[in-house]
Amino acid sequence: MGKIVITKEKELLLRKKIREHKQKSGPLMPSLHDAQEIFGCIPLEVQKIISEELKISVSKINGVVTFYSRFSLEPKGKHVIGVCLGTACYVKGSQAVLDEICNTLQIKVGETTKDELFSVEATRCVGACGLAPVFTIDGKVYGHATVQSAAKELRRIIDWETGTHEN
Amino acid sequence: MSTVKIWIDNQEMEVPSSYTILDAANDADIYIPRLCFLKDISETSACRLCVVEIEGLNTLKNSCTVKVWDGMKVHTHTKRVNDTVRNNLKLLAANHHFECWVCHREDNCELLELLRRYNVPNTMGENPTFSKKTHYRNISKSLTIDTSKCVLCGRCVSACNYYTGLGILDFNQRGFDTYVAPANNDFIDDAGCIYCGKCIQACPVGALSATSDEDLVIDYLNNDDYYVIAQIAPAVRAALGEEFGNPIGTNVEGKIYRALKKIGFDDITDVNFAADVTIMEEGTELIERIQAHLQGKEAHLPMFTSCSPGWIRYIERYYPEYLPNVSSTKSPQQIQGALIKHIYADMINVPKEKIKVVSFMPCIAKKDEADREEMKDEGVRDVDAVLTTRELARIIKRFGLNFNNLKDYKPESPLATYTGAGAIFGTTGGVMEAALRTVKVFLDKEDEHTIDFTEVRGKDAIKEADLVLNGKTYKIAVVHGAKNFPEMFRRIKENPNKYIFIEFMGCEGGCINGGGQPIVSSRDRETIDVCQLRAKALYTIDAENKIRRSHENPNVVSLYQNYLEKPGSHLAHKLLHTTYSKKEVFGKK
Amino acid sequence: MKTRQDLNKIREENLKQIKLLDDTKYRVVVGMASCGLAANADLTYDAIEKEIKERNLQNITLTSVGCIGECALEPIVEVYDKDNNRYTYCSVNERKAKEIVNKHLEQGEIIYRYLIDNYKLLIDEDGNKYEAPKYQYRIALKNCGIINPTKIDQYIGLDGYKALEKVLFEMTPEEVIDVVTKSGLRGRGGGGFPTGLKWKFTAANKGGQSFVICNADEGDPGAFMDRAVLEGDPHAVIEAMIICGYAISASQGYVYIRAEYPLAVERLQHAIKNAYEYGFLGENILGSNFNFDLEIRLGAGAFVCGEETALIASIEGERGMPRNKPPYPASSGLWGRPTVINNVETFANVAQIILKGADWFKSIGTEKAAGTKVFALGGKIKNTGLLEVPMGTTLREVIYDIGGGLPNNKRFKAVQTGGPSGGILTEAELDTPIDYDNLIAKGSMMGSGGMIVMDEDNCMVDIAKFYLEFTVEESCGKCTPCRDGNLRMLEILNKITAGKGTMQDLEDLRELALMIKDTSLCALGQSAPNPVLSTLDKFYDEYLEHVVNKRCPAGVCRDIAKLVITDHCIGCGKCLRNCPVNAISGHVKQRHIIDLNICVACGTCKPACPVNAIISV
Repeated sequence: MGKIVITKEKELLLRKKIREHKQKSGPLMPSLHDAQEIFGCIPLEVQKIISEELKISVSKINGVVTFYSRFSLEPKGKHVIGVCLGTACYVKGSQAVLDEICNTLQIKVGETTKDELFSVEATRCVGACGLAPVFTIDGKVYGHATVQSAAKELRRIIDWETGTHEN
Repeated sequence: MSTVKIWIDNQEMEVPSSYTILDAANDADIYIPRLCFLKDISETSACRLCVVEIEGLNTLKNSCTVKVWDGMKVHTHTKRVNDTVRNNLKLLAANHHFECWVCHREDNCELLELLRRYNVPNTMGENPTFSKKTHYRNISKSLTIDTSKCVLCGRCVSACNYYTGLGILDFNQRGFDTYVAPANNDFIDDAGCIYCGKCIQACPVGALSATSDEDLVIDYLNNDDYYVIAQIAPAVRAALGEEFGNPIGTNVEGKIYRALKKIGFDDITDVNFAADVTIMEEGTELIERIQAHLQGKEAHLPMFTSCSPGWIRYIERYYPEYLPNVSSTKSPQQIQGALIKHIYADMINVPKEKIKVVSFMPCIAKKDEADREEMKDEGVRDVDAVLTTRELARIIKRFGLNFNNLKDYKPESPLATYTGAGAIFGTTGGVMEAALRTVKVFLDKEDEHTIDFTEVRGKDAIKEADLVLNGKTYKIAVVHGAKNFPEMFRRIKENPNKYIFIEFMGCEGGCINGGGQPIVSSRDRETIDVCQLRAKALYTIDAENKIRRSHENPNVVSLYQNYLEKPGSHLAHKLLHTTYSKKEVFGKK
Repeated sequence: MKTRQDLNKIREENLKQIKLLDDTKYRVVVGMASCGLAANADLTYDAIEKEIKERNLQNITLTSVGCIGECALEPIVEVYDKDNNRYTYCSVNERKAKEIVNKHLEQGEIIYRYLIDNYKLLIDEDGNKYEAPKYQYRIALKNCGIINPTKIDQYIGLDGYKALEKVLFEMTPEEVIDVVTKSGLRGRGGGGFPTGLKWKFTAANKGGQSFVICNADEGDPGAFMDRAVLEGDPHAVIEAMIICGYAISASQGYVYIRAEYPLAVERLQHAIKNAYEYGFLGENILGSNFNFDLEIRLGAGAFVCGEETALIASIEGERGMPRNKPPYPASSGLWGRPTVINNVETFANVAQIILKGADWFKSIGTEKAAGTKVFALGGKIKNTGLLEVPMGTTLREVIYDIGGGLPNNKRFKAVQTGGPSGGILTEAELDTPIDYDNLIAKGSMMGSGGMIVMDEDNCMVDIAKFYLEFTVEESCGKCTPCRDGNLRMLEILNKITAGKGTMQDLEDLRELALMIKDTSLCALGQSAPNPVLSTLDKFYDEYLEHVVNKRCPAGVCRDIAKLVITDHCIGCGKCLRNCPVNAISGHVKQRHIIDLNICVACGTCKPACPVNAIISV
């Protein structure tokens, strides 16, 4: 797993945001959202910063971080692929799409590839049920997915990434 | 107080409207099982074992937090309730790692008691269809967390917050993956824990325990090369009896001495003696600081006591800027160890390398304290092993002793003599009171030399009192229970010159309620003031002692005459004083 | 800060624009909610804008709007003309967009072949108009797809914030609660608790701070009603929350919305900002002495936070673990203060009720369930989308008349309502009029509005497993029955779908399910066994097939499913091309075969077959 770097700049930004949230009741969740966005994850080092600012114990913060699936302790891959396993997508076969992507990348759901290029997630309903089944790559929604269309999109990114690596 | 009329199992009763169903059932002596409930501390209604049927409601309700209402009709033992409790117990059992025989809760496990009472077969646990949760272990010198035993009742999490305000233990992950540990199961020693052990006492099972050194001690005893010396802490004698069915607050000092002798300790000493020495050193230190202060020098007042290792861990982590205020005097356990290794060894003609000092303590932080880098001299540890009161009970049981039938015994070692002042070290206010008895004599020649300083006794979280020395009034304070420390510091910061001396103890009630003491069942905790009963035993020892001031202990007097010269001497400093340093929480990463 | 006179002026001007009462010739709207954007509606919008510009067309307004409701046919473009006609073009890509501008907007020529199927019924090629299907009735979705959600003026134009004015200046808090109570409005989030009563209980505890919370943590897989409202008409929710605040004397509101809805969050933020600028939020609202602040709080991916006490815990910065009830939030909610929590759709009804009265609202729907309900219709259905029908509409009407029935001539098997908390309804139950009590009586529940249609290719044991997997993953882990019991049920289901189940397993499954339902701490746990119980009740034969004959009739459960190609095969090769593991072989125009040693029974080939020649045995 890649280690995240806590630059002074990012740390200051987080502290500034937390101090804003502190003006209001219940500052922990908004602070965690900011931390996740700034650092891409909320490992103990980042939790310590929040703990100092909010005077909440690290263990409690970690309890909150690990409770919510949107917060992560480790950085995700460069490309995050999400396959919707909401009901509408599931009954239309999104599990097969997910399996195909996992197979291609040789990782399990929730994992990141060794080269840190891809993370695969089984997401909850993204609200695009009309396009079911859907998968997302870096936030962009791909509708009416099939095993083939997912494989094709994935291949495109892999090629592009390997292409740039060669450069 | 308004009351309502309710029926439990067709029994009509009138109860206060503030009551929960469980309160009402308790009053009526109707048994309702419970697991996650610790009155006032953990009321999360998570375990679903105290469920009852309420007429008119679709689902079962938990009785621990649901308040009564007028006309409520409750049924506690219908088939539906009974089946539910059994099924929930089956679920809990399926995920519990049973190794009861090595578990320190073998005799008082609340889960086991329920499984027995409801005759629950562990069919699910033995069926390979069903997976087991991931087990996490986290073992430090003082504390062992073993999540394979955990039933996720959350009592430890609540207790940690309730007693320390530190929130060291919390839930990690969610759903079936949930486990209780410090953040990400990071090493507990690094997580800011002060080892008060309140989590152990809150735990209904053996998921949390003192890290055991029983086998180590038995190895010492079985090794003829070693000369094994025991020392027992003040609070142990007020509580050990509970492990053998005696009422809370029974003083079993004589039986402990006898038991230790039978078990095979070569020599038996008492930490109360070291407590008297502590007063000599700490009292002198206080006097020096007051005098320095009067001369306008930097004196780091108020001075803080240093006996409670939980407190030391606390200040090193959370208020390190106040470390210069902490008395440099070691705690009685360490003083006794140092005296044994470096002075007593010569007296009894045993090479100090061959001596093993074993402490019996009401505290789990003492294990960590004995292990501190600072706690050795000339490469020799002051203390070699620390066992809790509970571990002592287990060892006594292991040797098959009939504890209650043991004849009282009094050890002969001079290090087993003590004054009333040494005895009360084990309760909140005790260190302060013992110090005041001596300091008064030393500093205030005109006073009639009060013995009882009752204003520092009792269970108020922060007790303040005036100390009059030569007509000048000083403020002293006593605080116990880590959750009250921030308030104490707030008062200090608000008025830095207000206090001259403050006693801090990590546990509410002091050592008598330490994390190594016998576990009182969650139900007894609701009705019995454990601290008060155990403290009473210590105050009785004090009151019945002919000598009640530390400096009047004849063996302490001769210790200084023959070896240490005077309190605060060069040798006293070398052996009996220590240093502290700032520690970062989650700093090892 | 606007005065009431300002508002009247805005109202008048915008109404004119929207209703084409000014010199506007056509009003063109593009559905640009999440699913529209996922289908590249932004490109469509740009293409129309560019084309209008290039052709220099005048008196045409182009507006981006929220969800129009026909999700499967995005991007959707609608053209309104002066005669109040509405033409719905579907699947409008850039090429079609240009054509619509060119033909319809410039030359006035309707392009019938691009119009949505449903609406072809409304206007045929000869220009005859027909009645719209009677079923849909929009209250909560009144403005969705009609106004631009980022333009507060357009909301105001369609009577927006009029209810707030009425409340602040003409009604006492008690009167507001009274109207809401009398209207019969019940919670649309699933519970169906009477909204007025909830407000009344909370108001009874006033004195000190109280709170209004909007639950927008829509987590049911397959449901997107709340997202559509927030993306399409955010002010409707804001207005209602202010009204609620007035009714219960609360001065602070929170919208707890899932972070997975970035567009809804963005639009809501924008709307709140506008509402502050106009003086609908903040101090002395519209010159009255009522103050109300509103903040957004983001969820973070925990389904259980849709449960109100868990949601409160989450706002407070805790793990989203439910708390025992009683005490209810009405007496002890956020930070221990009296709190009203209603969901998005519930709030979206409030302003209309205030404006049109309790009797009007009561006249819609059924006696026990007044008003309408929004459903997100999905799964094996032709017209996947969002719809709003009066309570009491039957499932059959929704699925066949509005939804258009099942695609590919597949046989209807079941419809699932209520998400992971709900149950399965069968063919025999399709004539059930939809309301809270009826659905519960049939072993399901209304839920928040997800409605998933399943056909013969869906295995009911697998579906039960799917929902249970969801619940197991989303269980907070606090109480024993939900944390441990649901996993144990799932493990039994895994055993059954692997062909290793026994009859004892079926008994154990039911016993566990009933116990979990009876004793779990919160509604999530209490309802988690519903999908299992309802499939056990209604598709017991299918369970038996799995257990006794080790066979999955729908061909879904991989360990036991066997897929074969019948002699209906026309040899088109579509299955072969779609098979991810190359298990299918065959020559063109000859019957293909599946090599069962290679086949992983993923089922990809089944829908690919144009003649339904692939079946499971």
